[in-house]
Amino acid sequence: MSLSSDEFKKMGEKAVPKTKSLRNMTGAFLIGGTICTIGQAVLNFYLGIGLSTPMASTACSITLVGLSAVLTGFGVYDNIAKFGGGGTLVPITGFANAVVAPAMEFKSEGFVLGLGVKIFTIAGPVIVYGVLASVVYGAVYWVLSLL
Amino acid sequence: MAHKIGKQTIIIDGDVGVSSSAAVGSKKEGEGPLGEDFDIINEDSRFGEKTWEKAESKMQELASQKALEKCGFSMADMDFIFAGDLLNQCIASAYGVRGKKVPYIGLYGACSTYAEATGLASVFCDSAAKHCLAMASSHFCSAERQYRFPLEYGGQRPPSSQWTATAAGAAVISKEAGPPYIKAVCFGTVEDLGINDQNNMGAAMTPAAAATLAQFFKDTYTDPSDYDLILTGDLGYVGSALLVELMAKEGYNFHGNYNDCGLMIYDREKQQVECGASGCGCSASVVSGHVLPRIKSGELKNVLVMSTGALMSPTSVQQGETIPGVAHLICYSSEKGNIF
Repeated sequence: MSLSSDEFKKMGEKAVPKTKSLRNMTGAFLIGGTICTIGQAVLNFYLGIGLSTPMASTACSITLVGLSAVLTGFGVYDNIAKFGGGGTLVPITGFANAVVAPAMEFKSEGFVLGLGVKIFTIAGPVIVYGVLASVVYGAVYWVLSLL
Repeated sequence: MAHKIGKQTIIIDGDVGVSSSAAVGSKKEGEGPLGEDFDIINEDSRFGEKTWEKAESKMQELASQKALEKCGFSMADMDFIFAGDLLNQCIASAYGVRGKKVPYIGLYGACSTYAEATGLASVFCDSAAKHCLAMASSHFCSAERQYRFPLEYGGQRPPSSQWTATAAGAAVISKEAGPPYIKAVCFGTVEDLGINDQNNMGAAMTPAAAATLAQFFKDTYTDPSDYDLILTGDLGYVGSALLVELMAKEGYNFHGNYNDCGLMIYDREKQQVECGASGCGCSASVVSGHVLPRIKSGELKNVLVMSTGALMSPTSVQQGETIPGVAHLICYSSEKGNIF
């Protein structure tokens, strides 16, 4: 082959079909919007039955996470995600799916070395860097409060 | 006796051929355009087993049983088994032939394994062996959990991605058998032109496919017009287009006689497989179930099959390495005698 790596990469980029951005964004908007609307309805329900705002928010998160876990278990969530893309990934339901999916998948290697080890395969980095970011945020907040 | 010509082509002298072949698939493969050509379609992709890995072993077992049944041989008649798959430590193959009491040569060539197995079996049959079993398999679910994400994880597949076929193919290669006759084998070199996107394996494997094919033409003094069909394993939509371009740059043009197993097994649009199929089972099943019977019937005369493999691992990808490819070629013919 007398072709350079750069030339071939250029050829490769040209040959790859384009991402259907408009279709994907529409799907993400519709599904993400629906999940948020359901969340708002759940929140309103909890506020309506007399929970305080922080309690209602927590209960709402728990409900959405539970719902997503159940839908993942029944093999429905990934089908919604195929259409919704980022719309299913960003809300808290996406996080729940990212934990439940590996838990289901790696159960075949046992509850300790399979499920236990692999459950955070996808969500692990989010937790690690989420905690790290909150530490940095806390430090910045503390420094600013001294001024 | 097998002997080398040119740089890397091995001519198979004796009448080595395919005694029989069989293809096994699951629901999605059965619904594809080649559904009718599979010998066994199991709607349950677990094949009655508890794990995906066991399911893949079962597919190899079924494929070998069916192939043996078709030619009337038993496992005890086989001198050697050449088999491989995509799983870590090739467990689908090893467990698939466990207890068969036939010497087993386990292979890893990623998705090029079927041609690798057939090639080695042919060379063996042209010397030390009488009958060899060549087979390869892949399973969508076992490959996904090893290379990508858990099955139920919600995500969108990029447009350049390919769908690992849940399929296995087996062929009994024998001395004094055929058609299809095996005329030559060309084992390929490992090529890498810097593609590092594991969702674009078709492009990563193309340089290797082009290198093997061009070398085979040079070694045998033939060109694409000498063959009824030139078939690559799983370059998919992107890789196939790139191969046509690369070969044209080398001075070889196809005349409507080129196709890719990865583009044949599924209906890309209807079955939502983006750029087509991939996996060892893709070329193994398409060749065993669709192509070999057509060579046997004389519908196809001279055929080149080139299985293509992307030789990365999840570790090498995470370490930022580019993806090398390899391609092995088998030249089949429906007629006896020298074709070169």
